[in-house]
Amino acid sequence: MNTDLVVDTKGLACPMPIVKAKKALDSLQSGQVMEVLSTDKGSVNDFQAWVKQTKHELVKHEEEQGVYKFYVRKA
Amino acid sequence: MTTTATHQPMTAQEVTRYIVDKKPLFILDVRNEGDYNDWRIEGETVESINVPYFELLDGVDSVKDRIPAERKVLVVCAKEGSSVFVAEQLAETGRANVFYLEGGMKAWSEYLEPVKIADLQGGGELYQFVRIGKGCLSYMVLSDGEAATIDAVRMTDAFEQFAAEKGALIKHAIDTHLHADHISGGRRLAMNTGATYWLPTKDAGEVQFEYEPLQDGNEIMVGSTPIQIRALYSPGHTIGSTSFVVDDRYLLSGDILFVESIGRPDLAGLAEDWVGDLRDTLYGRYKELSEELIVLPSHFGRMTELGAGGQVSARLGDLYMHNPGLNIHDEERFRRTVTENLPQHPNAYQQIRQTNMGKIAPTADEQREMEIGPNRCAVHDK
Repeated sequence: MNTDLVVDTKGLACPMPIVKAKKALDSLQSGQVMEVLSTDKGSVNDFQAWVKQTKHELVKHEEEQGVYKFYVRKA
Repeated sequence: MTTTATHQPMTAQEVTRYIVDKKPLFILDVRNEGDYNDWRIEGETVESINVPYFELLDGVDSVKDRIPAERKVLVVCAKEGSSVFVAEQLAETGRANVFYLEGGMKAWSEYLEPVKIADLQGGGELYQFVRIGKGCLSYMVLSDGEAATIDAVRMTDAFEQFAAEKGALIKHAIDTHLHADHISGGRRLAMNTGATYWLPTKDAGEVQFEYEPLQDGNEIMVGSTPIQIRALYSPGHTIGSTSFVVDDRYLLSGDILFVESIGRPDLAGLAEDWVGDLRDTLYGRYKELSEELIVLPSHFGRMTELGAGGQVSARLGDLYMHNPGLNIHDEERFRRTVTENLPQHPNAYQQIRQTNMGKIAPTADEQREMEIGPNRCAVHDK
């Protein structure tokens, strides 16, 4: 997937993955896609809930060897 | 004069005092809605609201008017980080009495409150360990420098420290059955202290380690002024489920009989097979016991079950009058009640059973994760 920005939050605990993701998203244009990397297992449910209550779109999320990847398209 | 408001930690032990002493506490739970709906801190004097931290990234204005002005507020999240983040912002608005839960719900799930149940013959003592966040109850019988644990949970340090403070050596670690809702600490206690680990034979068919087979009528003695722990085979929650009569006065009922409910027979996948056993135990074997026995179960489902000092107990005769699970006279209706419309299964219960059999060996973090949420071992837990 083509991404416009990668936000690496590996090793950071809650709330930092979403704090950093939100800041990064503010810098993007509508329609651009951000990829967020996290090693915090709790971030999986939180990311889905966060994106749901914003108007953005969680295009997909996956796990690869303990790293969770979230792809968010800005509304 | 101005004072700088700050946010402070509150431990799981302190939160427990609020609940047991029935002091009011206002909780702002900042986890996501799903986690909050599934499992949260409750109590008669606890009021809570749920606003996820990711809705408060730009400030707490949206929530600060929903918190009563003069009350203490405790911010709660899964592991602590987000609650500190939100508590800090609340304190910056000038509000006093802002706390965050130290260690988050993870610490809440693991905290054990020791509550003295009684003095026993010859200077012995009986303690109940209330795992308030998860609804698990463990026991320790002490006499003359010796101790036995019953249904000890994973946090074995708490039992070892408590026994050490009492100057007692743990000689027996006993499980009433193979648990499905939490990871047993019995085997680890036995390894750490040299105690004998007892498990009912009929639940131990697949276990991968050495244990002392526990059977109906076994008598386990604690101390030189012996306190007797007598095994009473009482199947139904599992096929091996065994209760204990301690000092002829206390009935440790495991997950067969609770204060407000009864055990469910389906967690090992054999509800239809075990429903008859459950019926025989509750309406037969237990009925033959003295009504004066004090029932001490291995779980509670609601905070309303906590009595004086946080203890969970009831007279057997009273339960035969008031516990709905003991008052279903029609056998067919009983069968339906304990096999249909049951609450959802405890989190990760299959993996928890395999861990307790010694088939898998998850890390400490994985064990914590597996145990998240309430116990859900009773028929009426919703």
